[in-house]
Amino acid sequence: MTAPFDLNDDNVVVIIGTGAGGGVLGNELAQKGVSVVALEAGGRYLPEDYINDEWESFGQLAWLDPRTTSGDWRVARDFSGLPAWIVKAVGGTTVHWAGASLRFQEHEWKAKTTYGDVQGASLLDWPIDAAEMAPWYEKAETKLGVTRTGGREGLPGNNNYKVFEAGAKALGYKEVHTGRMAINSADYDNRVACQQTGFCFQGCKWGAKWSAAYTDIPRGEATGNLEVRERCQAARILHDANGKVTGVEYFDADGNLQMQKARIVCVAGNSFESPRLLLNSASSMFPDGLANSSGQVGRNYMRHTTGSVYAVFDKPVRMWRGTTMAGIIQDEARHDPSRGFVGGYELETLGLGLPFMAAFLDPGAWGREFTTALDSYENMAGMWIVGEDMPQETNRVTINHEVKDKYGLPVVDVHFDDHPNDIAMRNHAYRQGTAVYEAVGATRTFPTPPYPSTHNLGTNRMSERAQDGVVNKWGQTHDIANLFISDGSQFTTGAAENPTLTIVALAIRQADHIAAEMGKGAL
Amino acid sequence: MTRKPDLRSMTRRELLASGAKAGAALVIGSNFVTHATEAWAMETTALEPATMATLVQMARDIYPHDRVADQFYAAAVKGYDTPEAAPAIEAGVAALDAAAQGMGHPSYLGTPWERDRVEILRSMEQSGFFQTIRGGLVTGLYNNKEVWPVFGYEGESFSQGGYLDRGFNDINWL
Ligand SMILES: Cc1cc2nc3c(=O)[nH]c(=O)nc-3n(C[C@H](O)[C@H](O)[C@H](O)COP(=O)(O)OP(=O)(O)OC[C@H]3O[C@@H](n4cnc5c(N)ncnc54)[C@H](O)[C@@H]3O)c2cc1C
Ligand code: SF4
Repeated sequence: MTAPFDLNDDNVVVIIGTGAGGGVLGNELAQKGVSVVALEAGGRYLPEDYINDEWESFGQLAWLDPRTTSGDWRVARDFSGLPAWIVKAVGGTTVHWAGASLRFQEHEWKAKTTYGDVQGASLLDWPIDAAEMAPWYEKAETKLGVTRTGGREGLPGNNNYKVFEAGAKALGYKEVHTGRMAINSADYDNRVACQQTGFCFQGCKWGAKWSAAYTDIPRGEATGNLEVRERCQAARILHDANGKVTGVEYFDADGNLQMQKARIVCVAGNSFESPRLLLNSASSMFPDGLANSSGQVGRNYMRHTTGSVYAVFDKPVRMWRGTTMAGIIQDEARHDPSRGFVGGYELETLGLGLPFMAAFLDPGAWGREFTTALDSYENMAGMWIVGEDMPQETNRVTINHEVKDKYGLPVVDVHFDDHPNDIAMRNHAYRQGTAVYEAVGATRTFPTPPYPSTHNLGTNRMSERAQDGVVNKWGQTHDIANLFISDGSQFTTGAAENPTLTIVALAIRQADHIAAEMGKGAL
Repeated sequence: MTRKPDLRSMTRRELLASGAKAGAALVIGSNFVTHATEAWAMETTALEPATMATLVQMARDIYPHDRVADQFYAAAVKGYDTPEAAPAIEAGVAALDAAAQGMGHPSYLGTPWERDRVEILRSMEQSGFFQTIRGGLVTGLYNNKEVWPVFGYEGESFSQGGYLDRGFNDINWL
């Protein structure tokens, strides 16, 4: 049962993007009786459509529209047109994601206070804290069915995990387990337990992994209050003479320009498209783009300090079998400046198939140094580094007027330079990751550079004061009361943890706030 | 017009042209035997057969896997055999041969040792031609399902019920 709303219905909340932020927000609002139109640029794919094949799946789901890159990050050289690896589909990047679901540590909500002044970094404290977020985290963990929370069992460890765990324990690490994962270890919430097929990044064909595509979105639609318009790409947010937003112009599935009126607009297109939309909506009243009086829209782009360590052993591992990322070492996540950097990092197991391994192990490399590594693919184990990176004002998403998408809209350029703290952290993590594998007899290790960004954060950041960021503690823009940001772009700082649980917790909390304010007539 | 390149005779011709020393000829001679046992041939339509033979060798030299047969390298570059792609590829291979000659070899294919061919490739690593061929191989070679078994990769697993009962945690040497 879908709810078709009229284009002229100005009582609806329009959500742009249906991923971790927008998909959850849409369902939560619909459950509370709020009328929602969700615009989604991508199509709708369900478990039966997902493909156990890395490149074919990438072609099916990934956001492939043009983007450009600049800066000293290696992605700009190796994948100049693909700064991020994110999804364009109903459910957004929760179709691709691996399911690692961690809460921020308490001090990470207050990075500026905890780390002090870090030269070149635009650190800021979040206007919210761990105590405020605890109940929302609990709701998010329940929704996602996160293992090792709420009495849910952990997942069993696969081969890749067993190597990782043995090395970690040999090194003396204590907080080592199969992760807190939004993947069922037992049947839960009408979804089956994980069958260890090993294609978590390609969309879980069993539905064992939580994704908004087949949970929140159909449930929201079932209320009759949520209409998802797929293959509809928002182009511009409109406003009236009072500076209130009034509707959204979008290109529909046939490429025709439409306009949906709105009472409230919530932007959740991930950290490139959300600022792009605000900037492309510039008007004579807001010449620098919507909600940009601070000049902060598009700035402070964060992508986590990442990298991978792969290792070859003298015997088979077969890391591709089973869950892609169910394994974690948390001992290095603490803040301990004696290591030569502020903030911390997590180490998580990661298994790639042969096609992606060839593309990502050492992009651009060739010759026997490279091919002998792949010759040992069967004997490889792998892990991923995810650490807190420093926000910098100059790491930013801007509009590149030279390059247009198929609708003639200018695309984004993504500029990123590593901060010295990022480099020090990554090098530390490479050393520790290598030591983990050497402790169990690795014959060769590979400190692998970051992939196109999977975690994209911070480009519409949350701040106490209007001049420091784009949104307040509710994700409401400082400048425009009925314009909200509902995705990872509202992150003030990135913390060491994978972001999605926090995006979901913030979306549940935001839905509660919006519905309450609407009820009071304040919005 | 359809032409069939015979990689063996091509290489042989190159070899004759090169007047290679006896030692090197023996090494290459054993390569012919290997090739001769491979039951495959590829037709070219737009590219010169010699160009295709050079591309196949170049592909192997960029991503050398001794357990991967020539047919997979050939499959990975056969997409360049179109009227649109051919002029740039012919020019690229001509430049490759010129680079080989600049280093004292008769041609790229006529350079018997891999280390010498790699040196030739290094000298043109920044060229658009090299980068196109290398970039195309990343998917052309490694995304070929038929080559996966050589690396032990098992591919799709959903239809077999995943690895829950098929060894997701069967490691026994730790
Ligand atoms: C391979 C991979 C593995 C990952 N693993 C993990 C993990 O284990 N744990 C974790 O926490 N995170 C993980 N992530 C990251 C996680 O998926 C993202 O952080 C999260 O989905 C971001 O949520 P979002 O709402 O900001 O954006 P998204 O989920 O990306 O949703 C944005 C949606 O907006 C749509 N959109 C954009 N612009 C427009 C427009 N103009 N009009 C209409 N629609 C638009 C897009 O098509 C997309 O569907 C992973 C990501 C990838 C790629
Ligand atoms: S390993 Fe588990 S969670 Fe991952 S895709 Fe397979 S069944 Fe889904």
